[in-house]
Amino acid sequence: MNNQYDMLSPEALAKIDREVAKYPADQKQSAVMAALVIAQDEKGWLSQETIAAVAAYLGMAPVAAYEVASFYNMYDLQPVGKYKLTVCTNLPCALSGGVHAADYVKEKLGIDFNETTADGKFTLKEGECMGACGDAPVMLVNNKRMCSFMLPEQIDKLLAECK
Amino acid sequence: MVEIEIDGKTLQVADGSTIIEAAHQLGVYIPHFCYHKKLSIAANCRMCLVQVEKAPKPMPACATPVTNGMKVFTHSELAVKAQKAVMEFLLINHPLDCPICDQGGECQLQDLAVGYGESASKYEEEKRVVPDKNLGPLVSTDMTRCINCTRCIRFTAEIAGFMELGQAFRGEHAEVMPFIGKTVDTELSGNLIDLCPVGALTSKPFRFSARTWELSRRKSVSPHDGLGSNLIVQTKHDRVIRVLPLENEDINECWLTDKERFSYQGLNSAERLTRPMVKQGGAWKEVDWNVALDYASHALRDVAKTHGGGAIGGLLSPHSTLEELYLAQKLLRGLGSENIDCRLRQSDFSADGKRKGTPWLGMKIADVSRLDRVLLVGSFLRKDQPLLAQRLRQSAKRGAQISVLHSADDDLLIKLTARAIASPSQLPAVLAQIVKAVCALKGVTADPALAGLTVSAEAQAIAQSLASGGTSGILLGNFAQQHAQAATLHSLGRQLASALGGGFGFLGEAANSVGGYVAKAVPTGAGLNAAAMIQSPRQAYVVLGAEPELDCADGAKALESLSKAAAVVVLTPFKSQTMLDYAAVLLPVSPFSETSGTFVNTEGRVQSFYAAAKPLGETRPAWKVLRVLGNLLGVTGFDFNSSEEVRTEALGGQPEFVSGLDNAIDSGALNLTASATGFERVADVPIHFADPLVRRAPALQQARDSAAPAARMNASMLAKLGLVEGGSVRVGGAAAVTLAAQLDTALPDGVVRVAAAHSATVALGAMAGVVSVEKA
Amino acid sequence: MALIDTINPLLTTGWSKGDAGWSLKDYEARGGYAQLKRILASKMPQDDLIAEVKKSSLRGRGGAGFPTGLKWSFMPKAAPEKYVVCNTDEGEPGTFKDRDLLRFDPHSTIEGMIIAGYAVGAKRGYNYIHGEIFDIYQRFEEALDQARAAGYLGDNILGSGFSFDLFAHHGWGAYICGEETGLLESIEGKKGQPRYKPPFPANFGLYGKPTTINNTETFAAIPFILGMGGEAYLNLGKPNNGGTKLFSVSGHVNRPGNYEVPMGTPFAKLLEMAGGMRGGRKLKAVIPGGSSAPVLPADIIMDCTMDYDSIAKAGSMLGSGAVIVMDETVCMVKALERLAYFYFEESCGQCTPCREGSGWLYRVVHRIEHGEGRADDLDLLNRVTDNMMGKTICALADAAAFPVRSFIKHFQSEFEYHIEHKKCLVDPAVQRAGSGFFKAGAA
Repeated sequence: MNNQYDMLSPEALAKIDREVAKYPADQKQSAVMAALVIAQDEKGWLSQETIAAVAAYLGMAPVAAYEVASFYNMYDLQPVGKYKLTVCTNLPCALSGGVHAADYVKEKLGIDFNETTADGKFTLKEGECMGACGDAPVMLVNNKRMCSFMLPEQIDKLLAECK
Repeated sequence: MVEIEIDGKTLQVADGSTIIEAAHQLGVYIPHFCYHKKLSIAANCRMCLVQVEKAPKPMPACATPVTNGMKVFTHSELAVKAQKAVMEFLLINHPLDCPICDQGGECQLQDLAVGYGESASKYEEEKRVVPDKNLGPLVSTDMTRCINCTRCIRFTAEIAGFMELGQAFRGEHAEVMPFIGKTVDTELSGNLIDLCPVGALTSKPFRFSARTWELSRRKSVSPHDGLGSNLIVQTKHDRVIRVLPLENEDINECWLTDKERFSYQGLNSAERLTRPMVKQGGAWKEVDWNVALDYASHALRDVAKTHGGGAIGGLLSPHSTLEELYLAQKLLRGLGSENIDCRLRQSDFSADGKRKGTPWLGMKIADVSRLDRVLLVGSFLRKDQPLLAQRLRQSAKRGAQISVLHSADDDLLIKLTARAIASPSQLPAVLAQIVKAVCALKGVTADPALAGLTVSAEAQAIAQSLASGGTSGILLGNFAQQHAQAATLHSLGRQLASALGGGFGFLGEAANSVGGYVAKAVPTGAGLNAAAMIQSPRQAYVVLGAEPELDCADGAKALESLSKAAAVVVLTPFKSQTMLDYAAVLLPVSPFSETSGTFVNTEGRVQSFYAAAKPLGETRPAWKVLRVLGNLLGVTGFDFNSSEEVRTEALGGQPEFVSGLDNAIDSGALNLTASATGFERVADVPIHFADPLVRRAPALQQARDSAAPAARMNASMLAKLGLVEGGSVRVGGAAAVTLAAQLDTALPDGVVRVAAAHSATVALGAMAGVVSVEKA
Repeated sequence: MALIDTINPLLTTGWSKGDAGWSLKDYEARGGYAQLKRILASKMPQDDLIAEVKKSSLRGRGGAGFPTGLKWSFMPKAAPEKYVVCNTDEGEPGTFKDRDLLRFDPHSTIEGMIIAGYAVGAKRGYNYIHGEIFDIYQRFEEALDQARAAGYLGDNILGSGFSFDLFAHHGWGAYICGEETGLLESIEGKKGQPRYKPPFPANFGLYGKPTTINNTETFAAIPFILGMGGEAYLNLGKPNNGGTKLFSVSGHVNRPGNYEVPMGTPFAKLLEMAGGMRGGRKLKAVIPGGSSAPVLPADIIMDCTMDYDSIAKAGSMLGSGAVIVMDETVCMVKALERLAYFYFEESCGQCTPCREGSGWLYRVVHRIEHGEGRADDLDLLNRVTDNMMGKTICALADAAAFPVRSFIKHFQSEFEYHIEHKKCLVDPAVQRAGSGFFKAGAA
């Protein structure tokens, strides 16, 4: 490898460049959150090497990138399943079944929070408020897809969809 | 200025001061953990909450700026309640393992808990446990004790210049850590131990060896680089087991380099020479002092008698005390020798006889922090004078423009404005270009010798920065002073400074680099300098505190000359196999910690100190040994009863700063035509190999800065030789050595960088010059 | 999609077509960007613009309720580099209005931000969007592209000589970034740990430059205010509480969703608009302004009108306008345990009282909920909250303390029952049925 960030694909680096362009030239570090998401999308999770690669690309101290990766809870510092389901159990969701929805998924998949199914397909996470309390219960699929009104039927449908 | 009132006392403070600064001015102590005067304000520990009139909530004294008429109450009911509340929170997850904690007895949390804590905790839930980290050989961790004040993090980022520590995770899970698997490698890492207000970061070498109240302490001065950092040397049973900084804002501020802090381990090295030894019939024998001194004096007298005093050479370490250097030169001159030098790594002595005075920093150390424009010429500053690098790092942050002219481009962790990187032979020419460009910008007539020069873009950028205003300083580093055309760099540097109307100086390599001149430990007249007395072997040598194979510009040649000599008298705290090979007599003399003495630092400041511990075994202070040798050899003027008497004679009084400091030089014609064919060697002196004491400090020897020397080249040079990183390279100088190839992208073409002062590279010979390089 | 009902629709006028009405042409058809054009064409003096906003009595819709015009007027005029930042890091439990604003009508926020940039002399803006609503972030980026293509963003906007560009920045799961200085740190690519104030963002904001930060709803209101005039906007609400406000109603109501009503609308009316109590059950308590606001029992909230002053008088805060409705099936200890866990998880870890205290609070409430409460626990909780409040850099410690104190204050007997009997006052089966997740009769 010529550079520490060669492990990221040219496509990922191009996406990161687009993020970097949003900020003043001497503030590349501003793109670190987006860059870590792009890297996570590509690699599935953020290994030490991936975080170091992002830090090197943005010219920041690796530990500064690690601070960010460990501070925001949608970064995965451990491998996760193909589908990461994050269920909001915060109070407004819980009032409309958020905790029950999580229990339902746990039972269906046979895993608890922070566990991955044996086939590596699903990882279940407990989420905090996603800002969609009116649609409770809500859950996120792979961080970016919000699913609303997740009553048993909808959960069954979602799990069936996830191939 | 604003007027405020703290606890009923009125005072005037500067605009923009914080409450804690104002309180400090008044002598009022406000409890705190995260606040540190040298670090940015974090305001996170909340221990310094005080009451401010009209404020509904308690305010953090560290972060709250004073306003005119402000009334502050540091011990009111509201303030104390807030402080006690914070203390309770600090303690709920703290292990309270003071009896087994190294910080016990000198712990800010422990001290403040006495004043602000309750006798029992109301917290009955599970306590937090935080995994420890391996930060390297110097700093030990007990992270469960961490109170997350982030002083350590801010230190690495702000003072050391690179964020090696961070606070990962959040909330109660927050933990201070390096990046996964990394250690803390800054040359200033030991300061983390001082900064940590609890027992989370403690000294690995000192760990579990003593309680603070068991230690005796003495003020002292660092024997390493030219700054002369002030030390507190702590001993237990006459053994130095810890060194801490003694705060001196004019020199080291509140910091120490790791070298200064941990080199004490070398004082307790197994290689300490504890009895005089003489070689008889090829065999070494431990003998009484009388015998050894008799032997030494006879040997020297015999050579002087037979071959004349000029057959004796004196190689004196610039890390010796002023008194030692003074007596050594006096002894040698008494024997009729003018071959005296303490400038062991210098290779160009053509300025001798042309200097107007003692070369020095050219300004006060504290003034370096006030420079607005700086050019560093030939300096591995971060490793050679780390605390000066620290000062410039802060200067750059406040807007000072720092530029570099060098043959390597190591990251100084300083924001540089411009840089020119050239091979050693080209350095004078590039410096000359900068002079020419500055003269043009300033409308000053340039030296006619510069007329034919074309100014490169790099030189022009440096010139423009230098000429763009403010106070400027041109500083020549160790590499420039060791350069084969050091005198030319000296002349050009002065020309540059004079065109700018700014300062000019030399960064002192060793504790007595300036003191050596003051002590007259340099040749005069026809006397041979350090290089010459090695090139033209002497019949006898007196070696004081040095290991010439490692401490001289050409170690291989030094070793050869010493080996051929009829008698080598070595005054040394340490013995080595090499020394046993070439020496005739070894006299165990005190390292700095076991003698009184004086270092004159790079700014000319006279700093004397007392012994912190009794001499080990039969070791004796060198000044006493030299005095007796003087008496035995019948040299006059050797009736000193104390080191103070020696100092007074050497300095002609008791000045705070020595006189005669002057960087002026009668420059002859400039020689800018140097060229080199083949690979030029760039030799740095690695920080932990620079002197005999630090070379024997085991913990420092495990640090990343102590890695084995490699043959470093840029990518195109590696490619040219068909080398890959890690592959074997044969570097040929006086003799060939085989080293691992290492990529150093910052090096110029035609350069191979091989560290000096290391046993693995001694055979190469001269630090400067051309070497052969080939794939092994 | 969240249900919508309004009295005097203003910010929500564009929502009627749902996901089909968000794009630039729809917005322009509704009169969008007309205010920006008018301001630029008339070269409206910045002070006049700010005066108009002041007249409207618009107060920050993110939760603190600080007068917007006043905030803008704090921006130093001479500074060469300034920023406008929008806070769409909507993570306060119960709040979901900004998500819908950007989903159904992103251009009103964009126009509001450009106008704000003009007013304070900023050339660059960022909208920080909650990480969990990534689809909204993508839509906003698309809307920005549309605005840029139409010449509303970029250099020399509509030939006026005024330049302003705007970018979206997304979060990735940290409640604390909703705090304005934590948000700025986050844009700078750091942990979202709030900064000590002073200095305030108006002097030392993004990248250390003067910065105005407002909530999405605040910016979105700007074009409407300028369209109708500050005074007319003020008159929609009541004095000191100008205009309309979006309320996010969640929990035990029949129609959770966003409702735009004039300031001062009775709570009872809002509850009615949200379809009344789910299953006709009895109202027990309401958190009127997001999870950080003190809870109010039914009898108190039913007497309140929905505006800053009335709710404050009742002992709570209007906050972000997140109305969390709880009926009689709720165990208040369990409800508090979840909120306490939230603040414990979301504390940034910077200040000692919050880092250490939020975990202490959670653990004690957790013990009580799990039948391990002790007689002195309620005193302990009150003492710990007292030691946390007002002693940290930001308000998260206070936000963690308010629910604890208010839940104990208003529902003390329920907590005491829990401690004494080691179980909930509300039958677990009743609690289970309350969520509506399980069909009636299901196990």
